[in-house]
Amino acid sequence: MKKYLFTLFLLVGFHTYQSAQEIEKLALSIGVIAPDFNLKGVDGKMHSLANVKNAKGYLVIFTCNHCPFSQAYEDRIIDIHKKFAIKGVPVIAINPNDGDREPEDNFENMVKRAKANHYPFNYLVDNDQNTAKAYGAKRTPHVFLLNAQRKLIYTGAIDDNFEEAKDVKIKYLENAIQLFLAGKPILTPSTKAIGCGIKWKKY
Amino acid sequence: MKKLLSISLLLFVFGKLSAQEIPFVNSSHIKTWKASTSDTLYVINFWATWCKPCVEEIPAFVKLSMNFTDPKIKIILVSNDFKKHIQTHLVPFVKANHIASQVVFMDEPNPNDWIELVDPNWSGAIPATLFIKGNIGFSEFHEGILSYNDLVAILNKIK
Repeated sequence: MKKYLFTLFLLVGFHTYQSAQEIEKLALSIGVIAPDFNLKGVDGKMHSLANVKNAKGYLVIFTCNHCPFSQAYEDRIIDIHKKFAIKGVPVIAINPNDGDREPEDNFENMVKRAKANHYPFNYLVDNDQNTAKAYGAKRTPHVFLLNAQRKLIYTGAIDDNFEEAKDVKIKYLENAIQLFLAGKPILTPSTKAIGCGIKWKKY
Repeated sequence: MKKLLSISLLLFVFGKLSAQEIPFVNSSHIKTWKASTSDTLYVINFWATWCKPCVEEIPAFVKLSMNFTDPKIKIILVSNDFKKHIQTHLVPFVKANHIASQVVFMDEPNPNDWIELVDPNWSGAIPATLFIKGNIGFSEFHEGILSYNDLVAILNKIK
């Protein structure tokens, strides 16, 4: 175990990271059409946005197993899906992390976590990380609300209090979905949040 | 009162202390750092004990603090830990890693209120580091992990 950890430490220590600036160039901005994807879910099947039936919009959330911020938001993401999937805006969760760098985020553990916590939405693995790069995802959790044409209409945080769901004052994401469903402009289309940086593969 | 305020700014006396000497900071401190006109170089790292790359990066800051003892270089490690984990995670980590630099706790529940103050291009992913030397108008922001050599290179650039 110790030897393994040491090797892991070496691997982590000596590689360079793709710079934030390089990824920034690829980031989607508000109003831009997001690309579709075809990614494997914890159900073993391939999923794309095109296959989501009767969608009025899509809530693409980059999240993962290991990140304490993702964990803190897990129940809230489940609740948002339960509330809005029936209104045509389902959650599509995508884990962008390199499972070799972060074994807790490998596919096997994704399956386990989705089962243990009864995920009511698809939890997909972005093995080549191209979807995360195309969306400009930087951290977990990082949300992207798309309309039926896959145009980005909200991105950023879920709400204003990661630590305590009961102390939330502004539900940025829910407000955006409500305004979108009501056909109104989204007043705050972009917010910032602290999160775990995505564990990019090393080349 | 004004005098008191300026003295407290001058000394960088932080907000209320938690039980175990981790001062609290908030968005007003970020504004103060950004507006600094002093000849002190501030190296301000945003991190958390739950963040693996941050924890990997910490030894570089510890080494920096040992090798660059110039009092005009001030390293501030801004923890974004969960508040409930200050005593259970943060304080033991600081002790175990012999961190002599100033460790402070970001006491702002809503990151959307202060992330942009640090840098408008910051996504909020940590680690991230801000370098400020106000008297020469130097300000540089880096999102992502920095090695010891990266830190030294930036410091040498400022000299």
